Amino acid sequence: MIGGLFIYNHKGEVLISRVYRDDIGRNAVDAFRVNVIHARQQVRSPVTNIARTSFFHVKRSNIWLAAVTKQNVNAAMVFEFLYKMCDVMAAYFGKISEENIKNNFVLIYELLDEILDFGYPQNSETGALKTFITQQGIKSQTKEEQSQITSQVTGQIGWRREGIKYRRNELFLDVLESVNLLMSPQGQVLSAHVSGRVVMKSYLSGMPECKFGMNDKIVIEKQGKGTADETSKSGKQSIAIDDCTFHQCVRLSKFDSERSISFIPPDGEFELMRYRTTKDIILPFRVIPLVREVGRTKLEVKVVIKSNFKPSLLAQKIEVRIPTPLNTSGVQVICMKGKAKYKASENAIVWKIKRMAGMKESQISAEIELLPTNDKKKWARPPISMNFEVWQKRSLDPWRVC
Amino acid sequence: MTDSKYFTTTKKGEIFELKAELNSDKKEKKKEAVKKVIASMTVGKDVSALFPDVVNCMQTDNLELKKLVYLYLMNYAKSQPDMAIMAVNTFVKVVANAVAALSEIAESHPSSNLLDLNPQSINKLLTALNECTEWGQIFILDCLANYTPKDDREAQSICERVTPRLSHANSAVVLSAVKVLMKFMEMLSKDLDYYGTLLKKLAPPLVTLLSAEPELQYVALRNINLIVQKRPEILKHEMKVFFVKYNDPIYVKLEKLDIMIRLASQANIAQVLAELKEYATEVDVDFVRKAVRAIGRCAIKVEQSAERCVSTLLDLIQTKVNYVVQEAIVVIKDIFRKYPNKYESVIATLCENLDSLDEPEARAAMIWIVGEYAERIDNADELLESFLEGFHDESTQVQLQLLTAIVKLFLKKPTETQELVQQVLSLATQDSDNPDLRDRGYIYWRLLSTDPVAAKEVVLAEKPLISEETDLIEPTLLDELICYIGTLASVYHKPPSAFVEGGRGVVHKSLPPRTASNESTESPETAPAGAPSGEQPDVIPTQGDLLGDLLNLDLGPPVSGPPLATSSVQMGAVDLLGGGLDSLIGGPNFVAPPAAAVPANLGATMGSGLSDLFDLTSGVGTLSGSYVAPKAVWLPAMKAKGLEISGTFTRQVGSISMDLQLTNKALQVMTDFAIQFNRNSFGLAPAAPLQVHAPLSPNQTVEISLPLNTVGSVMKMEPLNNLQVAVKNNIDVFYFSTLYPLHILFVEDGKMDRQMFLATWKDIPNENEAQFQIRDCPLNAEAVSSRLQSSNIFTVAKRNVEGQDMLYQSLKLTNGIWVLAELRIQPGNPSFTLSLKCRAPEVSQHVYQAYETILKN
Repeated sequence: MIGGLFIYNHKGEVLISRVYRDDIGRNAVDAFRVNVIHARQQVRSPVTNIARTSFFHVKRSNIWLAAVTKQNVNAAMVFEFLYKMCDVMAAYFGKISEENIKNNFVLIYELLDEILDFGYPQNSETGALKTFITQQGIKSQTKEEQSQITSQVTGQIGWRREGIKYRRNELFLDVLESVNLLMSPQGQVLSAHVSGRVVMKSYLSGMPECKFGMNDKIVIEKQGKGTADETSKSGKQSIAIDDCTFHQCVRLSKFDSERSISFIPPDGEFELMRYRTTKDIILPFRVIPLVREVGRTKLEVKVVIKSNFKPSLLAQKIEVRIPTPLNTSGVQVICMKGKAKYKASENAIVWKIKRMAGMKESQISAEIELLPTNDKKKWARPPISMNFEVWQKRSLDPWRVC
Repeated sequence: MTDSKYFTTTKKGEIFELKAELNSDKKEKKKEAVKKVIASMTVGKDVSALFPDVVNCMQTDNLELKKLVYLYLMNYAKSQPDMAIMAVNTFVKVVANAVAALSEIAESHPSSNLLDLNPQSINKLLTALNECTEWGQIFILDCLANYTPKDDREAQSICERVTPRLSHANSAVVLSAVKVLMKFMEMLSKDLDYYGTLLKKLAPPLVTLLSAEPELQYVALRNINLIVQKRPEILKHEMKVFFVKYNDPIYVKLEKLDIMIRLASQANIAQVLAELKEYATEVDVDFVRKAVRAIGRCAIKVEQSAERCVSTLLDLIQTKVNYVVQEAIVVIKDIFRKYPNKYESVIATLCENLDSLDEPEARAAMIWIVGEYAERIDNADELLESFLEGFHDESTQVQLQLLTAIVKLFLKKPTETQELVQQVLSLATQDSDNPDLRDRGYIYWRLLSTDPVAAKEVVLAEKPLISEETDLIEPTLLDELICYIGTLASVYHKPPSAFVEGGRGVVHKSLPPRTASNESTESPETAPAGAPSGEQPDVIPTQGDLLGDLLNLDLGPPVSGPPLATSSVQMGAVDLLGGGLDSLIGGPNFVAPPAAAVPANLGATMGSGLSDLFDLTSGVGTLSGSYVAPKAVWLPAMKAKGLEISGTFTRQVGSISMDLQLTNKALQVMTDFAIQFNRNSFGLAPAAPLQVHAPLSPNQTVEISLPLNTVGSVMKMEPLNNLQVAVKNNIDVFYFSTLYPLHILFVEDGKMDRQMFLATWKDIPNENEAQFQIRDCPLNAEAVSSRLQSSNIFTVAKRNVEGQDMLYQSLKLTNGIWVLAELRIQPGNPSFTLSLKCRAPEVSQHVYQAYETILKN
């Protein structure tokens, strides 16, 4: 299991060092600094073996987290734990930065004690942790509160405490989808998938049982003929979900047998599920770039975006980033809609459009002046990226709340 | 609150200051001080000196302060255990509950054999699976994976209950579930409907893992690499998800590429090639190289695509990017091997790039191509000659290849290239220090000079086709790694024994628990065998100690966990000792003693085969060798399930052997014998495996002479000549321990020069001198001298002082320790006085014993 956990700043100075097993010595701290943080080349593997000691490392902004072990541990678990650790720290003191870590080091040690026991990860749900690891000094705890903590630590539902009360019971559900698309230079779609996240904000009293259904193909097929008519009547589409994963509060065996999502939610915001679909993906936008090299010191770029959805819908906060070469000296931009700016620090032209209706088209053209360079290193030609929001009414959602 | 200030104090005398603050009356100040101490502890300063002061702070009701002290305590408890125990008393109220729970668990598992899984406990675990935290689910699934269901129905029912876990948000839960399913699937019949369903269910979660954070993606990809090799059908339609993304970290890109090649087939080759061509123009050099190589592998794997691959590679060569060209040439060589006489038209293009090749592998590949197709390249001789100029600066790989290529050229165009071939042969045989190169040179030379026709047949023989998949993991290792899905082993693609120290947690799973053996494994230097009290039986250490030490040696394939169903046959036959023995001895060949040590008169006998010689001498007291003690029973049949072992040690013309007599007193046939020594004072180790040729049937006795050498690992034993031995057969592993007489270690060149003797005698301090009495020995000086000489104790000089015979003798041990002796013999008195001087005085006692044994027998 995890033998020790270290946190370093970008210079390789140790901020936190917690050792759980005797086989990990202090020299492990230095070994990682020398071999990974101070190594000249970029990270070639997130798992590094130095002198029979394995280091699992992740980097958040300029902070390194490293878990150390000398055993054949479950590698996936160690990484999941490191991510969870980051989440917990973020929930306690916000951004993971050197300043914040130094300011909260006592708290972090306390957390590490709680969520790793002899190197074995323990309950790491922030909601639960916050009931007994607090940043204030002593909190006079009544008998009931104490027994509640005990029941939470040992009980089945580690992610929610009992006795939560709200005057108004509310539940918010956000479906966030990102479309991933791979296109050949000839404009042919090589692969596309939608990965979606269902984020829930629950403000419910007591221990509420929640149940969701979804109109994914398998469910609808299961429901037989009657439902098929119904779906055609109501105009609801069924969707084919390739795969989905759930928060630990969801009863997986029930989903497996009945395809219904039933759970007792944690209090506040959490990610209920993720899903992935590859069928019938309609791309909301098309981005058509045209790049022409004029001599060695000039580049002409033209980008056309076409919205591909129903005219009744509106896309908002559209942001298109067009990367520019590293030796760019100046950029002139002309766009018909929105505002565009060259941001030298980000090596990109950022084009922002407030809103755009469906089935419309807009374009930007830019002239990029390049400094002559004899740098042999090639420009990596990063892809153009685009972000936007489309608000849809619930009736279009593939989700059904029971 | 800005606690970061605690990290910045680096004043001198800090410890002193902290001490004062810790002992302050004010609570606030105390708290501040403890925080400072913990900050210093984090950055690696030694603040253990403050231990008592920090612990004192615990006498408080302030919970926050208590917690801080606890942090400190956790860190330093190891260095100051006694202090820590005192401190713990103040925590006891909190800890007691937990300890009570833990002791209860320990009691309910008297053998603590948690791997003793049965259908009932499995059922409980499966129920618990639904009720515990995500981490708990991982632990349970990992534990389930160690279970072997009794039949396919049980396997299926477990699989059915594990499958829902594939939808868990925690990737580690998913991977552990995949491990259980992959293992138990082995037991299911492929005709079963359920088998197909399961296969289908496995693909989507694996694909989903690729949307996780990059580090987890990497772990997932390494595992998918294994799964794809084991069951390619699972992901055969999912090629596209492995296309690399622009912002993937390089380690994810490289892994994806690897899997793409494994999944490449006729159906998807066009897409794969288009992708690979894009990758070959990327920025990262390693990635580009791998992409180019991948194109070559596609050509070899999917015949229909070979032509397109070759033309893609030619396009890439036209880019003139140095490393792309070199990589392309290396793979084109492989394509030529796979499809002979098909694509040779491209040779001309390749030759154009000859000058840009600076890597050995690419140069060697190009030279191979030129040599192989010499008859089609008009200026092949010129090309090869150009390489010959800097022959000695080339790497061995290139030199060997050049030698072969020129010989090929000569055989194809003998008339024009005679000079060239002579040049290369002389370079290889006369001017090179590399034995491989010289040997190859001589072989060609003799071949060419004795029988050119035969040379042609040998050198230009048809080459076997190369296989499609070049870097597949060896099947038994693959099966083992499948059992380790999700763990580090699956990330490294190595069995745990390759990177986990001492095989701990690997072999131990199958052994009853012994905390003592754990400790001794961790610190072997502090773990000598049990304390001796002089007599032989007492030397035998507790089995725990011995086991711990023996396990320290690499015992080969781990025996942990139940093997996969299909592989259980092979795994069942895996012997605990076998692997380790083979690797230690490095082959079954008999290790011959150095020829120099063989006296001339025995030279002839030596030629007739060493093993014969040893068979002859075994068990028979010999004239020319050292004294051989009669065989003693080392391992009584009672203690070894019917196997009785008796034996003795001999030294014969420079080689030591252990003469063993194995008797089967059981009712069952014994086979698969093997032997292993623990580390010992003089590095004694078997020089060959224990060869019992036929199975030992009941009541049969076999005599074996096991040759020994002294190149094994050394660890000082108590007593010095203690040897711990493990013997294995088809029934079990047995341990015993024996004392060997020291004179088997006296070497033949142990005669010291007189002057040297004198100087050394003076040089060794007097406190190293030991005196012994040898009583009741009726021999005279002459006889003593000759008898001792036959056991390699040499008389350097002889004097007569006041009617007493003084013999000055020397001997040398196998590890180079010299022992000097003065033996005083009074005619008519059967008691001798022996004075021994040695730089390592601890051997004296045993040398004296050797004298006693030799003189009295």
